[in-house]
Amino acid sequence: MTITRRIALTWLVWGSGAVLVCLVSPLMGSTTIDLRRVFSSSIPFGDNLDAQIFFVARLPRVLAGAMVGSALAASGVVFQALLRNPLATPFTLGVSAGAALGAMLALTFNLPSGIAGFSAIPIASFAGSLGAVAIVYGLARAKHRGMSTNVLLLAGVTLNSFFSALILFVQFLADYTQTFRTVRWLMGDLDVSSYAPLLAAVPPLGLSFAAFAVLPKRMNLLSISDESAASRGVDVHRTQRLAFLSASLATGAAVSLGGPVGFIGIIIPHLVRLMVGADHRLVLPASAFGGAAFLVLCDTISRTALSPLEVPVGVITAIIGGPFFLWLLIRNR
Amino acid sequence: MKPTDPSGGSMSELGLVADGVTFGYSRSSPVLDAVRAVVPRGGLIGILGPNGSGKTTLLRLLAGLQAPWRGQVRLDGVDLKSMGRAAVARRIAVVPQETQLAFDYTVLELAVMGRYPHLGTFDVEGPEDLSIALDALRATGTDRLTSRLFNTLSGGEKQRVIIAAALAQFSSRDSPCDTGTEVLLLDEPTASLDLAYQLEIRSILLELNRTRGLTIVISTHDLNLAAGLCRDLVLLARGRVLAAGPVRSMLEPALIRTLYDVDVDVTTNPRTGHLTIVPVARAGHGMDAKP
Repeated sequence: MTITRRIALTWLVWGSGAVLVCLVSPLMGSTTIDLRRVFSSSIPFGDNLDAQIFFVARLPRVLAGAMVGSALAASGVVFQALLRNPLATPFTLGVSAGAALGAMLALTFNLPSGIAGFSAIPIASFAGSLGAVAIVYGLARAKHRGMSTNVLLLAGVTLNSFFSALILFVQFLADYTQTFRTVRWLMGDLDVSSYAPLLAAVPPLGLSFAAFAVLPKRMNLLSISDESAASRGVDVHRTQRLAFLSASLATGAAVSLGGPVGFIGIIIPHLVRLMVGADHRLVLPASAFGGAAFLVLCDTISRTALSPLEVPVGVITAIIGGPFFLWLLIRNR
Repeated sequence: MKPTDPSGGSMSELGLVADGVTFGYSRSSPVLDAVRAVVPRGGLIGILGPNGSGKTTLLRLLAGLQAPWRGQVRLDGVDLKSMGRAAVARRIAVVPQETQLAFDYTVLELAVMGRYPHLGTFDVEGPEDLSIALDALRATGTDRLTSRLFNTLSGGEKQRVIIAAALAQFSSRDSPCDTGTEVLLLDEPTASLDLAYQLEIRSILLELNRTRGLTIVISTHDLNLAAGLCRDLVLLARGRVLAAGPVRSMLEPALIRTLYDVDVDVTTNPRTGHLTIVPVARAGHGMDAKP
């Protein structure tokens, strides 16, 4: 099969899978609704309880899950290719924690609600993730040959505990009601309750995905070595900057929307590679769609498993992702 | 008089030339100091020198991966700096000492990646690119491995696949004379291979040079490999050219002693007809093992 057909097939299969999950998930919950009634044109929206539950109560949350999941999985793929290590993810590198710190600061100190029409939280979150990525990038550059698993894990542990300490300190300064809100958000919370935060996340996510679209072929070469990419005509430094910048932007937007949900960036790209191989022209779109579907599924579990209690979605992904990560660590020498 | 271009190189100068290049990674200490190395089209050149003499750096400059502080590197008379990255990559390919992959690419995927400098941002490789990649794999005897994962190959097979991926960078399929000099730069390609694979790589390189007219530059520590493979040698010592010329005049005990600080015996092997170099002792230390 030619590569063109494989790319088309990947988009078709993984894309329709993600759409299917996003359509089915809002049907599940404490009240059962009927998809035919939801989309029935004979009942006016004001009287159509099923449509109201679907579009007002559940769909924003499902879309939030899809956006967060796809951004984190795609960022994971980018970090993995550039650092040449399949264990690199926004979460394990401490980038999510950096973004969380930024968002926490904006949330706790009620930063003025925006610069140039953008909400302050995504911007603060992006600044945090960018700071963390700059540290990671510096470490990788200092080591020349990508990042060994040891350096990567140590850097991640260090950054994560550093940012966690600062987050705790910010919480310590905040008052009690705020603390409840932020703790809930730190566990991963997709309960956005309106379309407004989704719209705020669209510009940064759109920008970073546009950048992701031009990267895959160069990521293939960079994932071999900087040298091999350069000797084939890739502008290595420009590509690295574009990739790290767009992955930080995506991580920042995802974290400001749903909190620092962990392990998606490692579970999804890994499973995707088992199915489609290593070519980033297939891995990147499949992971973006797969991440969306996976987080929506996890959030559906979180809403329904202990209903009416809601398990934070970050707890669900961690319960699945933690053991998975350990298994990968053992398998990867 | 030959016509010359403004950059100083002769238009009819065919091959790759490092002309008085000075370069270093930190401002204070240059790694290479006014190095001149001439690689004629179709040449088979070895770069020898002790660790830290600047072999790898010279290869990086010849590949256009670093720009010299002073001097210039010219391909067929054109300064590499004035060629685009992709244009350079279509004519000069690099083979590193060793390649370890974090991801499971197949052999064919790797070979096809060599076509990158021929493709636009959103282009995917077409049938022509695929057949060039397959040709390249055939030339290194790895065409039966196409669907294997690179990480499952032996060291020698890996290196042959990497050479194939480098060959796939060139545009022409047979004679390089139509498009210009095509250069393969190899940085100690046999250093991590065992004896049989070393011989295998040597014969592949000789074959590529003979049949395709490919220009080959190889840096190595292995004097016997250089003797059996190269026609000319450049001896590098502390960033300067100690001597350069045909193999037989370079592999002289006196020169090798100056270069490596080692006493050697140089004889001609009656079966191969190549020079054979046997290290005897550190210079000035006499024989270290007496019967």
